[in-house]
Amino acid sequence: MRSVVLTKGVPDFREGQVSFDEDGHLERGKTPTVMNPNDKHALRAALQTKVRNGGTVSLMSMGPPGYMEVLQEGMEDVYADDLYLLSDREMGAADTWATAMTVATGINDLDEEPDLLFAGFKTADGETGHTGPQTEWCLDMPLITHVISMEVDEDEGTVRAKRLVEAEVDEIETVEAPLPATIVADPEFEPSYHRAEHRLKHKDLRERTQERAAEFGAYLDDDTDKEPTDWDRFTMWNHADLNLDPDYIGLDGSPTIVAGVDPIPKAPSEREATEIDPDDDGDMEQIVDELTPYAAGD
Amino acid sequence: MTDDYEHYEAVVVGAGPGGAAAAATLARNDIETLVLERGTDAGSKNVSGGLVYAEESSPYTIDDLFPDFREEATDRAVSEHYIHNVAGRSVKTFDLHDLHHHDTEWADAVLRRKMDSWLARRVHEMTRETGGGLLTEVRVNGLLREGGEIVGVTCDEVDPIRADVIIGADGVNSELARDAGLMDWEEPEEWFQGVKAVVDMPEGAIEERFGVDEGEGVAHLFSGDLFEGARGGGFLYTNDQSLSVGTVFHLDSIAEERHEPQELLDNLLTHPLLADWVGDEYTELEYSAKLVPDSKKVAHPSPHRDRLLLVGDAAGQMQAQGPIIKGMNHAVTAGALAAEAFVDAKSRGDTDKAGQHYESKLETEGVMDKLRPTRYATLGKLGELGPVDSLSDALVDSPVGRLGVGLLGDSLERLYNSPFLVGMLPDTKLGYVTLPTVIAEELGEPVAGENTVEPPELDDRIGDLTYDIDEGNPHIELRDNSFTASGTAVTACPVSAKDFGGGCYRDEYVTANGGEEHVVSLDTQPCVECGTCAVVADTDWTHPRGGKGVEYKQG
Repeated sequence: MRSVVLTKGVPDFREGQVSFDEDGHLERGKTPTVMNPNDKHALRAALQTKVRNGGTVSLMSMGPPGYMEVLQEGMEDVYADDLYLLSDREMGAADTWATAMTVATGINDLDEEPDLLFAGFKTADGETGHTGPQTEWCLDMPLITHVISMEVDEDEGTVRAKRLVEAEVDEIETVEAPLPATIVADPEFEPSYHRAEHRLKHKDLRERTQERAAEFGAYLDDDTDKEPTDWDRFTMWNHADLNLDPDYIGLDGSPTIVAGVDPIPKAPSEREATEIDPDDDGDMEQIVDELTPYAAGD
Repeated sequence: MTDDYEHYEAVVVGAGPGGAAAAATLARNDIETLVLERGTDAGSKNVSGGLVYAEESSPYTIDDLFPDFREEATDRAVSEHYIHNVAGRSVKTFDLHDLHHHDTEWADAVLRRKMDSWLARRVHEMTRETGGGLLTEVRVNGLLREGGEIVGVTCDEVDPIRADVIIGADGVNSELARDAGLMDWEEPEEWFQGVKAVVDMPEGAIEERFGVDEGEGVAHLFSGDLFEGARGGGFLYTNDQSLSVGTVFHLDSIAEERHEPQELLDNLLTHPLLADWVGDEYTELEYSAKLVPDSKKVAHPSPHRDRLLLVGDAAGQMQAQGPIIKGMNHAVTAGALAAEAFVDAKSRGDTDKAGQHYESKLETEGVMDKLRPTRYATLGKLGELGPVDSLSDALVDSPVGRLGVGLLGDSLERLYNSPFLVGMLPDTKLGYVTLPTVIAEELGEPVAGENTVEPPELDDRIGDLTYDIDEGNPHIELRDNSFTASGTAVTACPVSAKDFGGGCYRDEYVTANGGEEHVVSLDTQPCVECGTCAVVADTDWTHPRGGKGVEYKQG
């Protein structure tokens, strides 16, 4: 079972990591890049498939060379047998369409056609949720989105998945598709390992992927004389390797026109706050005084 | 459906020292072995005093089974051992050198998270080669039966698993032992309750304050009048960079006299005798508690049923006789013997006989006699009968008794060092309270230290623990919430206290049917899974699901 997981590097939007300027614009240089958090669910789904059905899990991204660290993060935190980065200047500033074209070409160039393509549920920066489905469209596979659990039947050549359909009342729908297929993992995705042998294998694979990630980390940290591309589990392709016409990728190949960027306004503070020192008796009395009028239930 | 169940030759439940010893022995004999541990990491659910002993007379010691154990998994090697008889400020100290070294190859202080997680890594490597391995966060919740016979285990997280042998090393509150009908939670007399504080020590402080070299350690025991008459005592062991200070009492004594275990521990922590050792800067790293089976009463003479063999605390194999406190070494021996029994049985083509082989090995290797000494059965028990007990107690405390203690003087130290005499000590107030108090009063000297330690309140102790709460899925349910049935838990539970709202158990008066009722309510969130309330209250008691509940970092 050959699985390919798509991922993207995004600004680390967690409190304490992310940095905005005075106008509310993201300061990209001051904000670290991490693997898109939703992509971990896709990787977990791929790992479950590997544990249950064997095969390989390849992690692929398109972006600047700095994304090598993003790939390393995915390998360390979840799982990957090998890593692919599609990277050169011609691919830069691509919209989701040009990205999907590029990524689909990368997948077609793999020496073995994937049985399953996995993507996470939208990226933390763009939040379009387009790239996974558009890549699937380029590759002409069936697509199952919002997947919360899945199972592959190798004999039948099918994948059966439960998908979370959000509506007034959330519903869970069970669907089946022939392989190869694309799975978009929902943030609610839960891998299930109901057999001890699966858990043991999961533990083995986790140990191995961490060892591998440490090895790749040594290349990235310049702890060896070698380049990351010397590592046989890492492949970097540029547009020439993929035989892609620069007119159809990157900025030139992107039909999307960005009319403008508005900073997300800060939520206005709705109440006035007074700071209280809990060790100060006067302060504490003030609380009591202020709350007393409400004590009767007004 | 049962044909779909996984099968392993051996399933070991619990990755403490007993389970680890069993698994290592099975793996060495090429038995396909699966080890299931409910903690997020081995050791995260485990607490002990703790000294690990290696006995000269034992067929298996833990460093036989795990080379490098002492270098990698233990703290200081304990070479000095004292007992302090305390009456107020007056203290008479006996050197327990001979008792400590009797039959002892070595004894090391340990912290269980460090020790058990190291063991578990070795066990996983060894068992993985047999086709099995060790899994954490899997809670075995019962026995799988076919036609009434035990053939495997059921779990919260994975489907049922069949096995040719099941080693139940799931600790003092073993759900397997209860499921098999081999142990119960009925009588407080059959258990001890221990509570412990792990106290941080600055670098070099242990060497300086205890006068020991690097890597060397010391054990101190305490008895006398500092525990408000509760039957039991205290201990202090030196770890690499911390102290384990704790108390162990008979659970019936805690229950009947409504003692607050955490307060008895504080009595020890704040005693002037400890002032110089603990120092002025008191930092408590962890508060913990556990039940301890009293092997004299509950070590099961036949700890097996069908394919299930119990080892360690699960089988009541914890020896506590006066100053002798040994549990982990017996669990190791029993674990290895249980494994050996299965290997023998398999080689004879009759794996169903493993339990019988195990039982006879416990006898012939002398384990049972250590756990249930014949001397105690005859003489010690006699001393626990009411009239005899009050008579001896009154006698020691009488002018005649005091004269005797005075005359014996330091030769009492020799008597305390006799494994033979200690083995027949009755478990009464006499040995724990009256005699040590009289000894301290007659022979002791006042200690000079001023103890400034202010131990944390219970809510801070709970607040400092790490929990993964299983929301909406409480693992203990009160069967009878009347104060009469379950009120003892309010005081006896080590994370509850009278008039404290942040613990597991609290009592309240509610008006119902026009009358007032005294009832108990339960919140399992602060639970440390010690099992006290399983014995002293009317509950449906289970462990939390795999990985949930308290996570000890020290243990």
